[in-house]
Amino acid sequence: MNTRAAPGGRASSAPLIGRDREPTLFEMSVPGRSAFQLRTTGIPVRPLAELLPAELLSESPTDLAEVSERDLVAHFTRLSHRQFSVDLGAYPLGSCTMKYNPKVCDMVAAMPGLADVHPAAPVSMIQGWLELMVELEDALCEITGMAAATLQPSAGAAGELTGLLLMAAYHEANGDRRRRVLIPDSAHGTNPASAALSGYEVTTIPTDERGLVDLDALRAALDTDVAGIMLTNPNTAGLFEEDIAEIAAEVHKIGGLLYYDGANLNAILGVVRPGDMGFDIIHMNLHKTFATPHGGGGPGAGPVAVSQRVVDFLPGPKPTKLEDGTFGWSTPSKSIGRVHGWHGSALVLARALTYIKVHGGEGLRLVAERAVLNANWLRHRIAEHYPTAHDRICMHEVVVTGTALKRATGVRALDVAKRLLEEGFHSPTVYFPLIVDEALMFEPTETESLQTLEALAEALDRIAIEAHEHPDEVIAAPRTTPVRRVDEARAARNLIPTEDARG
Amino acid sequence: MPDYMPHTEAEIESMLAFLDLGSIDELFDAIPKALQVVGGLAMADGMSEPDVTAEMERLAAANRGAASRLVCFAGAGAYDHEVPPVVRALAGRGEFVTAYTPYQPEVAQGILQAIFEFQTLISRLYGLPISNASLYDGAASVTEAINLAVTASKRQRVLLSTGVHPTWRSVVKTFATGTGHDIVEVGLVDGRTDLASVAGLDDVGTVVVSQTTYLGTLDDLSAARALCDEIGAVMVVVADPVLASVLKSPGAMGADVAVGEGQALGTALSFGGPYLGLFACSADQVRRLPGRLVGETVDEEGRRAYVSTLRAREQDIRREKATSNVCSNQTLMAVTTAIQLGWLGTHGLAEVAARSISSTRYLADAVTGIDGVELLLPGVPVARDVAITTPLSGQLLLERLADEGFLGGVALSALTQEGDGSIDPALRSRAVVMSATERRTAVEVERFAEAMAKVIR
Repeated sequence: MNTRAAPGGRASSAPLIGRDREPTLFEMSVPGRSAFQLRTTGIPVRPLAELLPAELLSESPTDLAEVSERDLVAHFTRLSHRQFSVDLGAYPLGSCTMKYNPKVCDMVAAMPGLADVHPAAPVSMIQGWLELMVELEDALCEITGMAAATLQPSAGAAGELTGLLLMAAYHEANGDRRRRVLIPDSAHGTNPASAALSGYEVTTIPTDERGLVDLDALRAALDTDVAGIMLTNPNTAGLFEEDIAEIAAEVHKIGGLLYYDGANLNAILGVVRPGDMGFDIIHMNLHKTFATPHGGGGPGAGPVAVSQRVVDFLPGPKPTKLEDGTFGWSTPSKSIGRVHGWHGSALVLARALTYIKVHGGEGLRLVAERAVLNANWLRHRIAEHYPTAHDRICMHEVVVTGTALKRATGVRALDVAKRLLEEGFHSPTVYFPLIVDEALMFEPTETESLQTLEALAEALDRIAIEAHEHPDEVIAAPRTTPVRRVDEARAARNLIPTEDARG
Repeated sequence: MPDYMPHTEAEIESMLAFLDLGSIDELFDAIPKALQVVGGLAMADGMSEPDVTAEMERLAAANRGAASRLVCFAGAGAYDHEVPPVVRALAGRGEFVTAYTPYQPEVAQGILQAIFEFQTLISRLYGLPISNASLYDGAASVTEAINLAVTASKRQRVLLSTGVHPTWRSVVKTFATGTGHDIVEVGLVDGRTDLASVAGLDDVGTVVVSQTTYLGTLDDLSAARALCDEIGAVMVVVADPVLASVLKSPGAMGADVAVGEGQALGTALSFGGPYLGLFACSADQVRRLPGRLVGETVDEEGRRAYVSTLRAREQDIRREKATSNVCSNQTLMAVTTAIQLGWLGTHGLAEVAARSISSTRYLADAVTGIDGVELLLPGVPVARDVAITTPLSGQLLLERLADEGFLGGVALSALTQEGDGSIDPALRSRAVVMSATERRTAVEVERFAEAMAKVIR
């Protein structure tokens, strides 16, 4: 490795000016100030009382804020400076796939002709959008080994709920009422939450000492009351469920379906496909695997692809290529109905298709290879101080345990995560999966360089040594961030969710 | 093949050597060989960014209905409002766009404070003390509101006004198959929910009405409140956040929960997404609130700080007992909305609302001056949408208007696939919902009316 090259992903040089709080928009407000400018329309603005029943009108406009454009720009620019992001530096947040978001995708999402299309425009006027969606559906089906997909779900959790309703509709069409869904104890919290909303009871399947689904426990839980199983593969411990073919056979044997939580799809792009593993329903997180930006918490997009046996139940209306070569809408024969007010997160879908087209099939496989290579290199590199929970080759992320460190020094996983912020890196995911004590989950992604990984590892080494020598220093971190550790208990006890609730 | 991945061949070799592996393929040894993809995915090769851009431009050009090509008189839940350069520039900042959910508040104060400001703005517009940090879209918000209301009332039966946007009602019905909620749709008479038609219905725990219906009419929220008081139901009001600046707020009208679509507050038409689900409620429902909530607190040094709070409601902690399964939401749209409302300010939003109402009336007057064009609901006041009928089918009218350079509205037959029983089917097929925002000019309206007169002749 080139040891002279500086790590591109370390953000420890990020300047932070000053120690003061940023005022709110409302604190900056001065009555009479304004920033807005509207078109000159030539249409007279009539008094509202002439147009609407007076008793429905408020006496004065809702008080918002009154600021100048200059102050608006300054305020939100300063807020942006108080925010870590992928653009700023490495974000090895496990389970979240915080890879670089190519700027070309932003440009496509803002393109006139895509960004300014009304969702209810007639089909003759949206041929480009329909073609784009059909092409994306085809690509996602090829990547996952599925027969058809819906692009409507807004995010992963919406995809899960959609998938589970598809599962229920499938069973119901067979005259089969099943009440239970199996979910491993390592699963994302959205899995059981979605199962509850789809009317299913959750049976939790334990993880064995390998970090994989306990096959004996699975077999014991399977009966004809089981609608299906929700699995993440690779699982949340970053390990591939190598018994997947056997699991699929067992679940199918009792008439159940297999649901694939696509949160970790990045690890297997072009290497293995959920459809080929035996899955029937899968959601994808386009905002993870296909590099659409997370937007500080959203928007996402959670398309759901299904095997042939579930195709007829997909939500509609669905973008469809017609026999005459044009594009239209169609609704599958036994559709569960709409799951989105319009057609899904369309601009996110356009970004994802852009990303897929830039990579092509071969490029997507390279994504998986390098994501897994990076995670394993980091796993091996930090093993001295941060042993893995399960000592084997991982996939795109690695879960280490801080149990020994905590026992020896009193420094917890959370403290390591906070101290890492001072080193110019975003924290890993901590305390997840729940099955690993003092879990620290790193997902470096394929877009970080070896130099960045080395700098991250060196920072982690320093923190471990400091934990032994000066544990209080680690526990006091972070000190160089816009704010230090925050009083979460106070936030909950003395709830201030708006400017107006401040006492 | 483009390179968003920084690895050189030499680095890959050294990394494999460090791992004591002979090849990349060995990383995947845990995956049974029989399952692995052989010969690569059946997909086109990767293309350069400029080549992909050209392809996406081709697709964009095939969208004849784009607002950059046709003058947009379509509304019905998605509106062509001004989004100025300053809002686009600020909302497009990489720090906002490429951040994750603010789980580490020390390095996420930017997003957290912007959400706090968003929550304040929505709370004020809706006249309720609590606003969450956003949900997916209006349809998701009304679905979640029903989930909250059913939990709070402990009654499964829900009265859902057909004044609520038709596609949102479809979404509600889809998800009700999972929750088991009993959704009873209540039709409109003269643009208001016909609550009398369901008088005496037992076990109703939730009443959902829309302050302005999808036909543009204003519903009777006082009657809905009176019904809720009588039967002890939770009142959910769907409210347009732009109109909320000039109408009495849902909270002032007695709503327990107010929800809506926030697209009109800074988000482009976007072919329907990503949009912004708004969700506000009374203080006594805060522990049933779906999704994230940001609260103010202090850091170790006593400085003001913001953090996600009341987290014990959420799926990553409560799992199957969570108030909702939502995880990713629409934070970027919420931040955008805070910026847009900062730009508009108190008087700007009221001006946009007043102009949208005035201009929609101006539009209605212009087109109903044409022989054969009638209001669907004569004499009923409308706000920012108006439904008209012409001698042509709605679809045909829109096709012909497109040839004249206009997106003339939304055909009711496309919006309400099955109808809702409130509108005569013969009229429905000839009805179009139209809207004029503050971006439409008198000249555009006049030309539009001329075009309509021409195409229906």
